[in-house]
Amino acid sequence: MRVTQGCFSFLPDLTDEQITAQIQYCLEKGWAVNIEFTDDPHPRNTYWEMWGLPMFDLRDAAGIMRELSECRKIYGERYIRISAFDSSHGWESIRLSFIVNRPQNEPGFRLDRQETVGRNQRYSTRSYAAERPEGERYS
Amino acid sequence: MNDQSITVRGKDRYKSGVMEYKKMGYWEPSYQPKDTDVIALFRVTPQDGVDPTEACAAVAGESSTATWTVVWTDRLTAAEKYRAKCYRVEPVPGSPGSYFAYIAYDLDLFEPGSIANLTASIIGNVFGFKPLKALRLEDMRLPVAYVKTFQGPATGIVVERERLDKFGRPLLGATVKPKLGLSGRNYGRVVYEALKGGLDFTKDDENINSQPFMHWRERFLYCMEAVNKAQAGTGEIKGTYLNVTAATMEDMYERAEFAKELGSNIIMIDLVIGYTAIQSMAKWARRNDMILHLHRAGHSTYTRQRSHGVSFRVIAKWMRLAGVDHIHAGTVVGKLEGDPNTTRGYYDICREDFNPMRLEHGVFFDQHWASLNKLMPVASGGIHAGQMHQLLDLLGEDVVLQFGGGTIGHPRGIAAGATANRVALEAMILARNEGRDYVHEGPEILAKAAQTCTPLREALEIWKDVTFNYESTDTPDFVPTVTPAA
Repeated sequence: MRVTQGCFSFLPDLTDEQITAQIQYCLEKGWAVNIEFTDDPHPRNTYWEMWGLPMFDLRDAAGIMRELSECRKIYGERYIRISAFDSSHGWESIRLSFIVNRPQNEPGFRLDRQETVGRNQRYSTRSYAAERPEGERYS
Repeated sequence: MNDQSITVRGKDRYKSGVMEYKKMGYWEPSYQPKDTDVIALFRVTPQDGVDPTEACAAVAGESSTATWTVVWTDRLTAAEKYRAKCYRVEPVPGSPGSYFAYIAYDLDLFEPGSIANLTASIIGNVFGFKPLKALRLEDMRLPVAYVKTFQGPATGIVVERERLDKFGRPLLGATVKPKLGLSGRNYGRVVYEALKGGLDFTKDDENINSQPFMHWRERFLYCMEAVNKAQAGTGEIKGTYLNVTAATMEDMYERAEFAKELGSNIIMIDLVIGYTAIQSMAKWARRNDMILHLHRAGHSTYTRQRSHGVSFRVIAKWMRLAGVDHIHAGTVVGKLEGDPNTTRGYYDICREDFNPMRLEHGVFFDQHWASLNKLMPVASGGIHAGQMHQLLDLLGEDVVLQFGGGTIGHPRGIAAGATANRVALEAMILARNEGRDYVHEGPEILAKAAQTCTPLREALEIWKDVTFNYESTDTPDFVPTVTPAA
């Protein structure tokens, strides 16, 4: 399966050139770009690990691409996403977020159903990847 | 127009009998509206022979303290404060016989936080007043002091995006079709296919409540199976607007509670349930972490004609105060009424913290929203993937694009239709962010994306000639010609 979180998951994987253009767009808007990675892509796993702090003062996408390439060297078998934060009043949250790296094999999720009262079901989504300890999930 | 106050003062003002409204203090051309006043702009069409100033003063009177004759009991009150004051009357450009009346209301006339109370005055008896041929409420300026008495959208655009983990692009939805007749089991199939194929949301239609072919619990149960299965199949948060509209508040609360128990992240209501019910559901939604979608069923009965009724821009303002999170606000290019400039005005009212006066968009007042949550507009009705560049240009990024027929009518099935829409959208956002002239290059961008996406290729082919080019009935008064839809 293919995890379709993020803004561009339905397109073919972005090339570095395409990623650079998106980052440049964010920087020109004055947003701070951040790199995050995880080996548990559960849809409610909000807090992926941060690759350093958001790069508040960078104005050139090339610097962020260098960081991305460093991150890929270590975590190339995990999900990596780019997020851009807008600090302006009334938003103060993410403006754009997209996946830039994913493991070769994405095992996906199991949907558990627990029968409860009446015809009601309790649903629970489990990442197959997360059944192994953190850090050993895609090796 | 005449600009002198002719208000009768002193004890003559209260002599028994009938007196013209403009002499009773409802026409005060030198009045300076206070920052805390509510201001309403009406389009007044007096009956033949009725003096326009008198007609406009009467609107002020009948929407505030006046009755048809002088009453001595006025003298027991601070009557001058409570009188609404018409302070400006001007002819409507290009519309002989109609006048814009600006009327200021003191804040004390209104109960805090109650749309029902506001509307009982502003659109109460006055709309049936015999000396007027027609009356339309065009716009309102709501003072910050009043805005702050409302909860506002239960969730708001930013928190909705955070909860859904979706940023940087419009959200995608589809209304389940056929809107009537599917069983719960079949209905859930449509939801599953559409969400699995790439949509973020599916939606009940306005008239899907609890009918013989599908009672509401059946729909809720099957829909949530579909949502959870699609969520596990894609790793993405999904939702379906469960319509909790019902005959009584008790029924609506019961349905909303069941939606919550099943883990739904969004419910929906129809405008026809009424302002009080809408505010109740908005408070429920805030308490229960639920996104609240509003379908504007019924609004065209009073918003569409320019001469009489209430402009949708006013309804949008009331709904932002009332506290819904989504509101249908037009597509421009789709099958339902929507002049581009007027629609732009609605979208700004939903999404901005400050709306400057923009007559060309039909926005007559500066409006401060005082950090009230933003309301997500929804574009629904007769739109398809081939219009993606126009939709993005006209409606922007913070919008739900709802492709009902444009998803379910795809020749290779619902999931294929959903994928076509999602690919078209992502390709367009990518191109826009890259700095391309996506409005003009739109068809090429879509064609290129279709090279690696067969469903998009098929969608572009089947709907390539579909447009709805009709003249709008509700266009701004300050744009000389009707603006074409695309």
